[in-house]
Amino acid sequence: MTVRVEHSNPSSRVGVVIVAVAFVLLAAAPWWAERASLRLLAEIYAYVALASLWNLLAGYAGLVSVGQQAYVGLGAYLLFALAMLAGIHPLVAIPIAGFTAAVISIPVAALMFRLRGHYFAIGSWVMAEVFRLLASQVSALDGGSGTSLPAAVVLSIASSRQMREFVIYWIALAQAVAILGAIVWLLRSRYGLALTAIRDNELGARSNGIDVARIKYVVYVAVAFGTAMVGALIFLQKIRISPDTAFSVNDWTAFVIFITVIGGIGRIEGPIVGTVVFFLLRQTLADLGAIYLLILGAVAIVVMLKAPKGIWGLIADRFGWQVFPLERRLVMGDR
Amino acid sequence: MTMPILSLQKISKRFGAVVVADGIDLTLGEGEALGVIGPNGAGKTTLFGIITGTVAPDSGRVLFAGEDVTRAAPERRCRMGIARSFQIPQPFGGMTVFENLVVAAAFGGGKRERDVYPRCAELLDQCGLADKANRRAGSLALLDRKRLELARALATEPRVLLLDEVAGGLIEHETAALVALVKDVRARGVSIIWIEHIVHALIAAVDRLVVLHGGALIAEGLPAEVIRRPQVAEIYMGIEADA
Repeated sequence: MTVRVEHSNPSSRVGVVIVAVAFVLLAAAPWWAERASLRLLAEIYAYVALASLWNLLAGYAGLVSVGQQAYVGLGAYLLFALAMLAGIHPLVAIPIAGFTAAVISIPVAALMFRLRGHYFAIGSWVMAEVFRLLASQVSALDGGSGTSLPAAVVLSIASSRQMREFVIYWIALAQAVAILGAIVWLLRSRYGLALTAIRDNELGARSNGIDVARIKYVVYVAVAFGTAMVGALIFLQKIRISPDTAFSVNDWTAFVIFITVIGGIGRIEGPIVGTVVFFLLRQTLADLGAIYLLILGAVAIVVMLKAPKGIWGLIADRFGWQVFPLERRLVMGDR
Repeated sequence: MTMPILSLQKISKRFGAVVVADGIDLTLGEGEALGVIGPNGAGKTTLFGIITGTVAPDSGRVLFAGEDVTRAAPERRCRMGIARSFQIPQPFGGMTVFENLVVAAAFGGGKRERDVYPRCAELLDQCGLADKANRRAGSLALLDRKRLELARALATEPRVLLLDEVAGGLIEHETAALVALVKDVRARGVSIIWIEHIVHALIAAVDRLVVLHGGALIAEGLPAEVIRRPQVAEIYMGIEADA
């Protein structure tokens, strides 16, 4: 009996081509899109990245955090501190901010993991508030009122405004692609097997030899690393930072959860689909003011009731589609 | 009896006022197949929880291969060689049947992923799941879920295999095939504890039978002999009545 394992299927072969074409088109956006569109696209990439990271944390590892704004804000503040106080080039400061946030997340995780389920969720929010209050005490960065990057730092990215916007756009795209690529790579690895098993059944996972606690720990730290880098880039683009914007539970967690849940939690495609839906809603309904948020809430409720696995979950269950070649399909010959 | 691979020493556990294990002493010999019967609520499944580490006993010790594992985590016990099938199947529902086995073989068996593919394919064949290898485990009917429980437990390459009501719902020739499979597993040196309500299947496969009632062992011995004891027959009839 010959045994072979295939990762791709017809839908993922099409999917990979679509993703590749989209990447080329988006990488060329500075030549075909106007400035406002570039900014919007960069924002979309940031949300794809944040939602993909949250999906890994909550959808796979079962760590439902409502406090990921802690790492968005931490990454952003580290970037400002490194650039303004230590004179480090802002683009170099992004990975340093990610790495430092990851180091900080190690003891934070040790504390947070003493809490389970709902308590973990609430605890993560409390932790983010602690981070926000600490940030407002940093007088070197103008504490509670916030600060702006000095012109010299901004100019160091690129001398012309147009080139600066292009550079930040490309970095935002590269960052989202790198994070998605890392997640695909992870899910195809041995740890992906474990993570998917944990997603489906924690008791089953532990009973089959998976060290669930250790894997959750590693995922928490890795997600902190990625989230902080995304946060650093978001605020490098904004140029201005304050504790309330950097540690906003609405912007960096509520919307991210909305995106992941309507797109399809526990599936890699879910956050991408969710981000597209979210931005379509936002761009078409933004003029409605508070009603826009009511509509978002209604959409979330309808999706949760009618399609608990999200939009992509519905599609994947119905057609067996996968965009990324993740499954392990057994092909037996000589039978 | 041969050298014990597993022994429980004075294991007690209560959930509130309910005593589910009352000072249980039990040993399993290397290569032995032990059957466990008892009415619902007798503490059979809890016993498996205590052996595998998902339930912490209030007192007593669990020894595996001479080592005290009373405080060891379930994943560690699995990697040491204690595997279990759950009475209520616990599949990885979003993964395929094949992937379920790969997880167990790679982590429980402590092997590299690609090295386990042939063995997993073989197990699917043995457990009657070959044609469903690439189906999502969550889409399986109950019977196939039970087969998957067994196949996945075997994929971890256990030294001790704990089976929790794997025969329920099987028709006659399927039961015979299951008994043959269990005997085959045992012939390869795996020690077995099997909880089962389908007593004739159990008697055909085990060397020794214990009866659990109210968290205590009330009978122990050769299967055919234990089952004839009046006290046991009464409980056994009781099981048949409410099964």
